[in-house]
Amino acid sequence: MPVSNHDRIGTSPSPDPSRAAGGLQVSVDLNLCQAYAQCCYAAPEHFVLHGAEALHYDPAPSAAARQSIERARVACPVQAILVEDAGSGRS
Amino acid sequence: MSQDHLVVVGASLAGLRGAEAARKAGFAGRLTIVGAEPHRPYDRPPLSKQVLGGSVAPGATTLPILEPLDAEWRLGSAVTSLDRIGRTIDLEGGERIAYDRLLIATGARPRPWPDAAQNDLAGIHTLRGRDDAAALRSALAARPERVLVVGGGFIGCEVAAACRDLDLPVTLVETGPTVLAAILGVHLGSVVAALHEARGVDLRFGSEVEAFEDDGTGHVVRARFADGRTLETGCVVVALGAIRNTEWLAGSGLAFDEGGVDCDADGYVLDAEGRPDRAIAAAGDVARFPHPLYDGRFVALEHWGHAAAQGAHAARLLVGRGTGEAYAEVPAFWSSQGGLTIKSVGLTEGADGLVIAQGDPKTGRFLALYGRAGRCIAAVSFDSVRWLPAYAEMVASRAPFPPPGGAVDQGGLTMLTPGFPGEDDR
Repeated sequence: MPVSNHDRIGTSPSPDPSRAAGGLQVSVDLNLCQAYAQCCYAAPEHFVLHGAEALHYDPAPSAAARQSIERARVACPVQAILVEDAGSGRS
Repeated sequence: MSQDHLVVVGASLAGLRGAEAARKAGFAGRLTIVGAEPHRPYDRPPLSKQVLGGSVAPGATTLPILEPLDAEWRLGSAVTSLDRIGRTIDLEGGERIAYDRLLIATGARPRPWPDAAQNDLAGIHTLRGRDDAAALRSALAARPERVLVVGGGFIGCEVAAACRDLDLPVTLVETGPTVLAAILGVHLGSVVAALHEARGVDLRFGSEVEAFEDDGTGHVVRARFADGRTLETGCVVVALGAIRNTEWLAGSGLAFDEGGVDCDADGYVLDAEGRPDRAIAAAGDVARFPHPLYDGRFVALEHWGHAAAQGAHAARLLVGRGTGEAYAEVPAFWSSQGGLTIKSVGLTEGADGLVIAQGDPKTGRFLALYGRAGRCIAAVSFDSVRWLPAYAEMVASRAPFPPPGGAVDQGGLTMLTPGFPGEDDR
């Protein structure tokens, strides 16, 4: 799914000042998440289980994390990891 | 397919997923997204958890955008009115936008403390948006001597848990008999309360804050309870639920109140006479719709997955790519607090029976099934999410309740009383 946000901006002068240039945005559908923890093996710096099944994740990894985030996304058995990658041309 | 101007009001999860779904369905017309906050759509669940704990920055939770939107954004502009005859909306600041199709996803806001002057005291917080979370995070990072949480719903519980994660003293006050009583019932609410008590939360049930007092400079210093007792605190979190952002619909002729805007089974909004306006649909927290799984009872759900699914459903409807079927997504939510993860499918409201279908509350890992009039209506897992899908199917198919004994890992099921507060107590 190609993603690039060449959106026109109205009253907002910039898309989002907090968004690091070339960085990623990650969200996990925690309804779907079954705590298989494959993401925690694939990208241990960005996905951590707290307790038995509370997944904590980094919602804004840097571009340098692209490969490990992609590994985690693909490894998720329930495909719960959503990624926007402005720098790679895919999500 | 309609290729004219689609306006999405609400730069939220529902609004974003709606905009994405319209594009994905092939909508090539003009798309405008209006948001009251200056931020791009962001994810709320981390706000009451990792953001309060300090491991995630408040501004980091911007939602991934999964389709090219080619949208015009109007951020930082709250919508102020709707003219359905002229098909326009007005924004704060005076801009008027004409629409051909309108998706209403204006969401909800925290119910404020009822005394406006006290509500405005410094040190009194609510938690809903990312700016709220940033303010509360700063207050917690300053290590207040005691935090007072007013309200024992999910937000109140998650905030109390975050305070204990930070080793901050915290008191949680709830007028009801235990935490989460309105959602899970007293039986399971008490299980959650025991967790918080064991983690050092000072829990006060059947207790009511009457007033907040300030230090003379406008900063809260004390809460006074209905029974005359007082509690010294400079940091208060008011967690009394949400009210829907519908005031801007005044004069539009639509059927709405603080509980949401009414929709038909398809998702189109209804006017005061109950007629659908097929140019307008609503989604997410603000949409009150008849849920087919619950005999068409009107519900407005504050659930993440619902916002995403209904946003997409409503947008497809508006651009002429609806399925023709009523929106019937099974409600589902999760909460994590103090290391415990609670996940739920279905709606517990009106339950007349409860069984522990798998596991054991004593071990902390179990699955509870709620029934009403002999049918399964909801399932809730405590640190046992992998049992949940099987029971979600029973909820979705309205399977007989209680389930036959052979279907579970325990010899006989004990029928329990869920213990919802009576109507008089609400």
